[in-house]
Parts: sequence; structure tokens; C-alpha cells
Amino acid sequence: MLKITDLHVAYGGIKALRGIDLEVPEGKIVTLIGANGAGKSTTLRAISGLVTPVQGSITYNGKQLLGMPINKIIEEGIVMVPEGRRVFPDMSVLENLKIGAYLRKDKAGIAEDIEWVYTLFPRLKERNWQMAGTLSGGEQQMLAVGRALLSRPKVLMMDEPSLGLAPLIVRDIFSIIKEINKQGMTILLIEQNANMALHVADIGYVLETGNITLKGPGKELLRDENVKRAYLGH
Amino acid sequence: MQTVLPYLLSGISVGGQYALIAIGYTMVYGILRLINFAHGDVFMVAGLVMVYLSASLPIYVVIPLVLAITVTIGFIIERAAYSPLRSAPRMSIMISAIGVSYLLQNLALYITGGMNQMYPNIPFFTESVSIFGATTKRVTLVTPILTVVLVVVLVWLIKNTKIGMAMRSVATDYETSQLMGIKINSVISFTFIIGSFLAAVASLLYFSNYTTVIPTSGAMPGLKAFVAAVFGGIGSIPGAVIGAFTIGICENLIKGLDSILIQTGIIQQGLGLTTFSDAFTFALLIVILVVKPTGIFGEKVTDKV
Repeated sequence: MLKITDLHVAYGGIKALRGIDLEVPEGKIVTLIGANGAGKSTTLRAISGLVTPVQGSITYNGKQLLGMPINKIIEEGIVMVPEGRRVFPDMSVLENLKIGAYLRKDKAGIAEDIEWVYTLFPRLKERNWQMAGTLSGGEQQMLAVGRALLSRPKVLMMDEPSLGLAPLIVRDIFSIIKEINKQGMTILLIEQNANMALHVADIGYVLETGNITLKGPGKELLRDENVKRAYLGH
Repeated sequence: MQTVLPYLLSGISVGGQYALIAIGYTMVYGILRLINFAHGDVFMVAGLVMVYLSASLPIYVVIPLVLAITVTIGFIIERAAYSPLRSAPRMSIMISAIGVSYLLQNLALYITGGMNQMYPNIPFFTESVSIFGATTKRVTLVTPILTVVLVVVLVWLIKNTKIGMAMRSVATDYETSQLMGIKINSVISFTFIIGSFLAAVASLLYFSNYTTVIPTSGAMPGLKAFVAAVFGGIGSIPGAVIGAFTIGICENLIKGLDSILIQTGIIQQGLGLTTFSDAFTFALLIVILVVKPTGIFGEKVTDKV
């Protein structure tokens, strides 16, 4: 289980997170919803080691992640799909996947996992040799997820996977998220598309200006009056 | 042809030497977005190391030592002067690079006492050979061949190896590279190691031809190589190589223009055109910056989606 306690993050005096507690149990889909600037991305960036928190603790199965270098955190199995895809545009689809396996040395395993990703996303297989920069937004998102899967994560963190994608593609992406989760992967999902996110999530957290204001099963949050008003537009 | 050939040959040779230096500029720029002003001085230091070591050691021991020491110096410069400024504004790291450049020049001045240092003879390089009737040092022929071989190896390395893939990814996107588990600092160090290695090779070739090393020996070749890198499109290795050969050849043809014209009977006495060989290079810099600032093979600017 990924466990965050009393996490504070500040960017040059501006507090982005003011002591949040968050638990991501094994095998579950957990989502963190909230408005722009609520601190969602900051939470993921702190977990993956991109920003150094002011105080607090982040543990995975009891092991402290805080202060670990990013590559060690990845080796612990905690991997992030960054916001806005961020595929390497001048590399082929295959190379993008290979770079996802940068820390691995088991060549046979990598080849197997590339095949596995290609069965999850047949579209990527068709575009094997194409430069990633020429893919459509949805394909790039698939590639970004596939690339992250290549590092064999235990916990997959996704930052706004639906951002800027057409509704049909968003549905595809979410069904893939569910599929990956069924295969045993723990998911921590950040979304502005609260409706979609809460539908797939086992547990939802609502983040407002650096504080967790609400927590509960996804389906329950969907019915919560405050959530409805603030995030679902009813 | 007889009159042009010697100039053409030395142009190709100097072009190769510029190319090896220019790759160091262009690779560091590709990854750090930094013009490493100290690069030309690393090249000069490699020359001095050769001078001092060869005073007491045989040449075949000295050459690998020069390569190793230059690489170490490049590595240390990056760790000491650039790496601490990783998150500082780009201007700071550039100023730091200028500081390192002057530091190296002044250290060299202090050590040499301002005296010209005679570059040792590398027998294989300095023997005379004749090609199509033109006599030249063998280094003139070795340089372009060695340059092309090194460039091919380098391009292969960047295209096909894991570290090469890491270099390309770091050049595109720091943060995402980190999320792949790539250690940015190791990749940057590796880039400086390659750049310094090639500068050291260039110094062996260049000083075998010009025979003296002074503290400012690195300034001019460094600047020319920099122009070559900009001309070819900074960040692009093939661009830097093509730019370097273009500049080397044009420069030397201009140097020889007077005597070529006299011998062909077009003019009766020298016009002093030789003086313009350096001016040409820098005029080229101005023209390229005005006409096509990204250079011939300049990076496309990819907008982030």
C-alpha cells in the first residue's frame, strides 16, 4: 500500500499542499479530483520524487520513499504517466516503449512486455516505426501509458490522462485503465473529468487548495451534493 | 588544379579539426542549451598537456594520457562549474562558462610563463607525403579520414545504444527522462566526456600542423568551430561537421586566393585577400544568423502538445 501522511509541499513560499493524508491500497483504483491548482499534480510529483516535500512521509509497503532518487522510486514500482503525454516526439513508437524499460536489464522480459503493450493497444503496433510526434493525441496517450507499463510498475500514477482528448478516446483510455487494473495493477489517477474518474475509482479523494476535503468510495462521491455542485456540474 | 590543391587539402584538414571541436559545442548545446565557452580552451589545455608530458615520456604513452586527462578535465569542469547551476537561469551558467574559459587561459599563462610552447613531433603525423603532386604533412590526410570515422561511430552510438537513447531523450525533455529512470547528471557528464575526447583528438591533429601552443591557442579554433556549429544548426552533429568542413575549406581557399589568381594570370600582384580569411568566417556567421538563424540542419521547434 502506498501511504501518504501529513504531506506539505511548497514552491518558494507558496504552499501547494498543506498536510494531506492519502492511502492507495493494493489492487485498487484511487482517484484524486479537484480544480486547477488544487495540488493534484504536486501530489504525484512529490510521490515520484520530482519535487521535495517540506515535511511529511510517503511510504510504499512500509518503505520510506521520501529522499529516494527518482530512479530508485521507479525501481520500487511507482511510475508516473506525466500530464500532457510527454512522449519523445523524435523517437519511434518502439523506441519510446524501450526507453520506458530503461532501468530493466532482462531483454527477454522487455520483448514480452512490448508484445503485451501491443495487445493492449493494437494501434501502437501498427505504428511501430512511426515517430511518436506524428501520432494523434489519443495514440500518444496510449503510448505514454504503454511506456510507463514497460517499467513493470506496481503502482501506476496518471496525471490527467483525458486532457485534451475527444470523448470517445477518453472512454477508450478509461476502459484500458480498468483493464490494466484487473490485471493486478494499482492505479492512482488524477482527473479534472471527475465524472469519468469517480465512475472507475474504488476510492475517491477531493482536493481543495492543498487540503483533502472529502474521501469515500467513488460511487458515493458521485452522489455527494457538494461534489455534484462543484465538480460534476449538476 | 595544381595551384588550388594544396589549399583545398589544408582546408579539408582544418575543416576536420574544426569539426571535432564543433561536435563538442553542438552536443553540449543539444543537451544543456549551453554554449560552452570553455570548450576551445579545453582544446588548448590538451595541447599543453601534450607538450609537458612528452618532455619526459615516450609519445605512444603520452597520446592516450592526453586523451584521458582532457576527458577528466572536461568532466571536472562540468561538475564544478555547470552542474551546481542546473536550476539557475541560463545566463548564469553561460557566465560561468566564460569564467572557466578565462580561468583556463590564465592558468595556462601562469604555467607557460607566456612563452610559446613547441608542440612535440608525432612522427607518423608530421612525415611528408605527396598527393597528386602536392606535398603535405601526413596529418593533412589523416584528419579528414579520422574525423569521418569518429563521426560515424558517434552517430551510431547515439542512434543505437542505450546511453545514446538516453542522450536523445534528455535533449528533448529533462523531466520525462527522469521519469524513465534516466540519471540526467550521468548523461550530461557523458556528453562532456565525449566532447572533451574529440577536442583532445582535434588538438593532436591541429597542433601537429601548427606546432606551437600558447594560452590563447584555443580561442580562434574554438570560435571557428562555434561558428561551424551555428552554421550547421546548433544541436545537430551532421550540421556541425558540414559547417566545419565548409568553413575550413573556404578559409583556406581565401588564404590562397592571391597566389592562385597570380599563377593563373588573372592579376599581376597580390591584393592582400589573405587577410579576409577570418573575416569570411564571421561574415558567414552574421549572414546565417540573419537569413536562417536555425542553421542548415537546425532543430525543428516542436511545440509541446
